[in-house]
Amino acid sequence: MAPLVIIDSECANLSSIYKAARYVKLEPVISDDPKTISSARALIFPGVGSFAHAASLIRRKKLTESLLEAIGRGKPFLGICLGMQLLFSRSEESSSSSGVENAEGLKAIPGDVKKFPDGLPVPHVGWNKVEPAYEHPLFKGLDKNTNGGAYFYFTHSYYVQPQNSAYILGHTEYGFPFTSAVKKGNLFGVQFHPEKSGPAGLRLLSNFGKIIADEED
Amino acid sequence: MLAKRIIPCLDVRDGRVVKGTRFINLRDAGDPVERADFYNREGADEIVFLDITASVEKRRAIVDVVEKTAEVVFIPLTVGGGIDSVDFMQELLNSGADKVSLNTAALKDSGLIQAGAERFGSQCIVVAIDARRTEQASAGGGPAWEVYSHGGRTPTGRDVIKWAAEAEKLGAGEILLTSMDADGTLDGYDTELLAAVTGAVSIPVIASGGAGTLEHLYEALTDGRAHAVLAASILHYGTYSIAEIKEYLSQKGLPVRPVKS
Repeated sequence: MAPLVIIDSECANLSSIYKAARYVKLEPVISDDPKTISSARALIFPGVGSFAHAASLIRRKKLTESLLEAIGRGKPFLGICLGMQLLFSRSEESSSSSGVENAEGLKAIPGDVKKFPDGLPVPHVGWNKVEPAYEHPLFKGLDKNTNGGAYFYFTHSYYVQPQNSAYILGHTEYGFPFTSAVKKGNLFGVQFHPEKSGPAGLRLLSNFGKIIADEED
Repeated sequence: MLAKRIIPCLDVRDGRVVKGTRFINLRDAGDPVERADFYNREGADEIVFLDITASVEKRRAIVDVVEKTAEVVFIPLTVGGGIDSVDFMQELLNSGADKVSLNTAALKDSGLIQAGAERFGSQCIVVAIDARRTEQASAGGGPAWEVYSHGGRTPTGRDVIKWAAEAEKLGAGEILLTSMDADGTLDGYDTELLAAVTGAVSIPVIASGGAGTLEHLYEALTDGRAHAVLAASILHYGTYSIAEIKEYLSQKGLPVRPVKS
């Protein structure tokens, strides 16, 4: 079985995620091959840039099916930033180049990706606190009880809004509390960048590694 | 709540750091990787490398620096200095940089901001502006500032506020604003300049130039409404540690990311 596969979404932070995952000994490989993805034991789905561009890239690379299959089989799966947004039904983010409005996502988690309301400076850039909605192994050592809540690095202009609040794993305050982490079974998504969030981010990636290891027992 | 960021800036020439005296505890204080990791461990929120390499042939050195730093430092890395093409941006981002900072080349061809933002996203594109106060007042009667290029050597005749607003419109994700009048004086940031620019754009503004005391940092973040402060001298010469800076700002009621988190 292939190890942890980081999906090659051709985004600028691919190498950072690879380096951080390797640093916490997750033995990642980068791939956009549907077969490799199908045989992976866990997946990280990174992304930065525009929603419509990334969504069309996934379709062009014919990855939709293998991604949904991996999610459906309950493999540990972590979407990061745009990689999390792409798990949702659709996004308000339109693309000037493609002319697509309300671009469609993978629909693995029902809900919308919305733009921050007017009046808030966007992008939301910098370190902000993530409050886990409940105790969960992904945020072990990073919750209120152990550390008063941990700061993570964000840079984004859109946020996710799951239809079912049971999928909310954490939220962050930016003018209002928005959803910054989600969970549906073994499918996880985080709006921030663990690969750029110092010790807290490395801890989260290492926690994800433990979730993968526990899955194999 | 969004934390105010403290960002050490390292000047790098031919792959070596060229400023700083307090690094007796490092094996090699001129090694940018070691210095970046030192600040990372101290609780820096980001690292900026400013490449001041004069010769084009030696530009590759900064790519190597970024590559090695990104292996051990997992906070955002920004690289500025001499970036004049989308291809070079790509190379830096591929090697582990998170943002590139554009200055002179963007003044020559503002399309570079747009091209970079479209290719990599606005979050990758910082526009650095070197500003100097002009003799003449602005149209509104207040002070005015002129943009300088080529590391502050060449006046461009352009108005700082207008250029900042244009950069935002073209897709810049952040503005790195240096007051040339204040830079190196240790007398404090030009908070009037900061307030004028933060009032004109909605993207984050990083304050640079003039920090000598903790109070100065606080003023830039409150009176100047800056999102982040770039610090060079006060860190490199050991006047304050990042922990001391964050402790002070936190006591004054500003949100900062705790050093141990």
